[in-house]
Amino acid sequence: MYSAEFEYYRATSVAEAVELMRAHPGAKLLAGGHSLLPQMKLRVSQPAALVDISRAAELSGITLDGEMLRIGATTTHAALAASPVVSEHCAILSEAASLIGDQQVRNRGTIGGSLAHADPAADLPTVIVALGGTLTAASAAGPRDVLAGECFVDLFTTALTEGEVLTRVNVPAYGAGTGGAYAKHRHPASGYAVVGVAAIVTVSDGRCTRARLVVGGAQPNPVSASASEAALEGQPLNEATIAAAAAQVAQALPNPLSDHYASADYRRQLATVLARRALVTAAERAAER
Amino acid sequence: MRQSVTINVNGQRHTQEVEPRLLLAHFLRERLGLTGTNLGCDTSQCGACTVLLDGQAVKSCTVLAVQADGSSVTTIEGLATNGQLHPLQQAFWDNHALQCGFCTPGMIMAATDLLRRHPDPTEAEIRTGLDGNLCRCTGYENIVKAVRSVAEQSS
Ligand SMILES: Cc1cc2nc3c(=O)[nH]c(=O)nc-3n(C[C@H](O)[C@H](O)[C@H](O)COP(=O)(O)OP(=O)(O)OC[C@H]3O[C@@H](n4cnc5c(N)ncnc54)[C@H](O)[C@@H]3O)c2cc1C
Ligand code: FES
Ligand code: FES
Repeated sequence: MYSAEFEYYRATSVAEAVELMRAHPGAKLLAGGHSLLPQMKLRVSQPAALVDISRAAELSGITLDGEMLRIGATTTHAALAASPVVSEHCAILSEAASLIGDQQVRNRGTIGGSLAHADPAADLPTVIVALGGTLTAASAAGPRDVLAGECFVDLFTTALTEGEVLTRVNVPAYGAGTGGAYAKHRHPASGYAVVGVAAIVTVSDGRCTRARLVVGGAQPNPVSASASEAALEGQPLNEATIAAAAAQVAQALPNPLSDHYASADYRRQLATVLARRALVTAAERAAER
Repeated sequence: MRQSVTINVNGQRHTQEVEPRLLLAHFLRERLGLTGTNLGCDTSQCGACTVLLDGQAVKSCTVLAVQADGSSVTTIEGLATNGQLHPLQQAFWDNHALQCGFCTPGMIMAATDLLRRHPDPTEAEIRTGLDGNLCRCTGYENIVKAVRSVAEQSS
């Protein structure tokens, strides 16, 4: 299948990408191409030009900077999944990356592309929101940081503006007593998350001091299950407290997505079950650190 | 606007003028006549079009030829050396790991990447490692056996 015609430009730096986007209205950034190219082949998307950022060296790579992990936007899912730094300091991210699609998809797809695309069934937006990450973006107006929790506005819609280049994802490294887990119900054909739940808990003196529980795939954007989070704080993490918290997840899902594979009710049920599983695993991992 | 690309395919450099929308799969099949790389779904699902791009398995129906400019590509035609089948090709033959053979080139290229990363994979690791490749004939059993047998030979 051929896409509609387009012009192709390759940016070797962020500055060049910003300038190319400014000079070519209607252009789209091309990272791994694993969301954009399938859409272009189906002619759902027909950009006049593509600005390929996959070769801009400053956009890739993972560094630990004090308490923060900084991940370049074009870092591939495969690189995230295989990174010893990520599995040591923010294991939920390598866990989620390793569950994306298949090996070929992970070899091409990038974290920046996944976040900018904001597919409700994607895995990384859910995890980055749960981690309380920030996204650094560049444009002619200069760089700025966007809170992940405020970035995912709607289906396929983010707070990034036209022409803005997401350059880096910043997430805090786990502190003492912190553990996380991502639990996903894979769509059997596509591999995407029908529902995915990210849980991150911190335990001190046998009690939960902080809990983050975020559900993706159920609503148009990742949502925090605030009632469940509040129910866990100050409690010991055991089967009973976790089940009680998971039972409140549905409150955060007022109008779940519904399609021929999974109805709204089924998605609510999945979210409840996956929340319990993710919390159990996160609590076990927190106890080991 | 056509652009010039230089892609090293199976050890040979090819420089050609291409439209940006030309897919790597079509570049290989139509420009270079390397028809071992198959197009099954053309929607990034089936893995029949898998090739190695700078050593990593990718679906060539979802990569533009211009994205591969300056890179090295290995296709199924590039695996045999001096008329000797690659160990994976031989193992697929020996284990009856193909029936119609349509999925086989992609399956073998994906397995090459898998064995590079995990030289001694368990059966479960082989199954998840190859889950980007669909086979409508074999039921996968003999494919898994073939990949396991290569791991055993080299360990
Ligand atoms: C068969 C298949 C299975 C998949 N399964 C899953 C799955 O299970 N889970 C999952 O989460 N995803 C899945 N994906 C999607 C995959 O993770 C994509 O790679 C990802 O969603 C997009 O990343 P990309 O680098 O390919 O982006 P592209 O396709 O290159 O770009 C996507 C969009 O983001 C924009 N963009 C890209 N980079 C930037 C940037 N730095 N700044 C601003 N905008 C940018 C582009 O302009 C475009 O609009 C699957 C894809 C396929 C083909
Ligand atoms: S033809 Fe490329 S994945 Fe099916
Ligand atoms: S052998 Fe026929 S599709 Fe695999």
